[in-house]
Amino acid sequence: MIEILTSHAFNTIQDRGRRGARRFGVSTSGAMDPVALEAGNALLGNDGDAASIEVQTFPFRLRFKADISFALTGADCDARLGQRAVPPWWCMRARAGDILTIGSPKRGARVYVSLAGGIDVPPVLGSRSTHLRAGFGGLDGRALQSGDVVPVGNPQRESPGRIEFGAEPPEIAIAESDPAEERVLRVRVIRAGEYDLFSEEMQGTFWSTRWKISAQSDRGGYRLGGANLTLAAPVEMRSHGVVAGVVQVPPSGEPIIQMSDANTAGGYPKMAAVIQADLWRLGQARPGSFITFSEVSYRDAVAAMAPVSDYIGRVRATADLYRTL
Amino acid sequence: MSITHRVSPFVGVLEKDPKISLIGTLAMLVEAPGEFDLVQQGRVWSLADVLSSWPNVEEAVVGVTNVMLTFVQPPDDIGALAVDIIELWHRLSPRSPNGKLIEIPVVYGGELGFDLPAVVARSGLSAREVIRIHSEGEYTVCAIASSPGFGYLHGLDPRIFMPRKSVPSLNMRAGSVTIGGMQTGVAVLTSPNGWNAIGRAEMTMFDPRKTQPSLMAPGDRVKFRIDRIEL
Repeated sequence: MIEILTSHAFNTIQDRGRRGARRFGVSTSGAMDPVALEAGNALLGNDGDAASIEVQTFPFRLRFKADISFALTGADCDARLGQRAVPPWWCMRARAGDILTIGSPKRGARVYVSLAGGIDVPPVLGSRSTHLRAGFGGLDGRALQSGDVVPVGNPQRESPGRIEFGAEPPEIAIAESDPAEERVLRVRVIRAGEYDLFSEEMQGTFWSTRWKISAQSDRGGYRLGGANLTLAAPVEMRSHGVVAGVVQVPPSGEPIIQMSDANTAGGYPKMAAVIQADLWRLGQARPGSFITFSEVSYRDAVAAMAPVSDYIGRVRATADLYRTL
Repeated sequence: MSITHRVSPFVGVLEKDPKISLIGTLAMLVEAPGEFDLVQQGRVWSLADVLSSWPNVEEAVVGVTNVMLTFVQPPDDIGALAVDIIELWHRLSPRSPNGKLIEIPVVYGGELGFDLPAVVARSGLSAREVIRIHSEGEYTVCAIASSPGFGYLHGLDPRIFMPRKSVPSLNMRAGSVTIGGMQTGVAVLTSPNGWNAIGRAEMTMFDPRKTQPSLMAPGDRVKFRIDRIEL
């Protein structure tokens, strides 16, 4: 068990997300940075789908109520276990009574606190992820608050060996193929259903604009500012399914990228969709930062997942080896 | 950008193909051609029934005259998959809206039906007429989408059509019985909502603890019963 000592709004329990319930109108939820979630679990020898705490408002503090191994992945932040510094992308063993403090990230937006055995809240519709809007999953369907006691499962692979080691962060291990200018994240997309409805001029604007992620961005979606994409004649789309990463253009002309907590349905024209291999980078982009879009083919989008899967595989293999040393 | 956009030289002789497009590498949208009607929607239900059992299909999600497929892995050959889906589409017979009948008691008007006066003003009918027309209709659940258990109900009488608001109401409560354009529904969550509230229903529309968490399913029929009128 762990006890939450300090938590501000919107820190939640998340796993890979809720699959197969869209037909009931239930969005997937799930970690905004799935690579950090997977890597945290890999460091600890957990199942890849074990639930972690997604911290996106800081500072965050918790107390361990038993001896528990934990890992910190995701955004690069100042963290301490008692007085000891915890490096980013690192796992460690905490003793009962130890306090973990996580300060604001220096880069990135979300830190994942993974625990050996995973967080043991009951799965709802196949997932432990918190669905904040509908109020189920996670801990009573709500954000964590100080005083909460969160159950932790039994570790599958108790480690007699080493437990203090880290992984190379993916932003170093998985190089951006074609980095944009400094401080601008290049996001690869493939075109989506209504791209051709936009004039060539508007398509050009879409590709050339340095888009700013607005302050009204959250787990539901990122609103972008910087230009207006308008259609010569407005189209009324019939309500249809959408997934995380879809770039929609509402009548205001400012695009919205749907993220983990997006509605299951939308009706705005779709310009593009962020490729799966770049969703984790987007999940770490902060409001106020800039992104640009670049186009890739379907084949390249599929191929781009290989370095991501390889990275997670390497972290898991190396961690398994370390724990036996 | 659509994957297959055959322009048939025999338009009017051959039936048009559905439009198929990608939403990333793990989702594909299949949109029925033509106008909305229940026959076309019935074919969408049939299509979703069949596609949901295809290999690598994680889920077939019914929308309004469309279905979105999500995949376990990116399909190897999207072109071939699209051709298979189009062929299936032309072979399918529509499923009829013969699901279960759900009767929902409604308290019309009152505090939660705060948009009833606007519907009255637009339709030129009395409040009692609007309520009578709404409660006498029989509706078909086209799709469950947008929020957990929310059914898009088709079959609203055109006399009480009411456009969606350009500025959503921030205080729309769960259970509000609403009209949005030519559709009606029951709000499942308390959240901002652009539809027009004309009453409230107490029925539980969604329970995540159940295997079938949503009360409504595509193809079900819905009737609203006047429980009380508060004017």
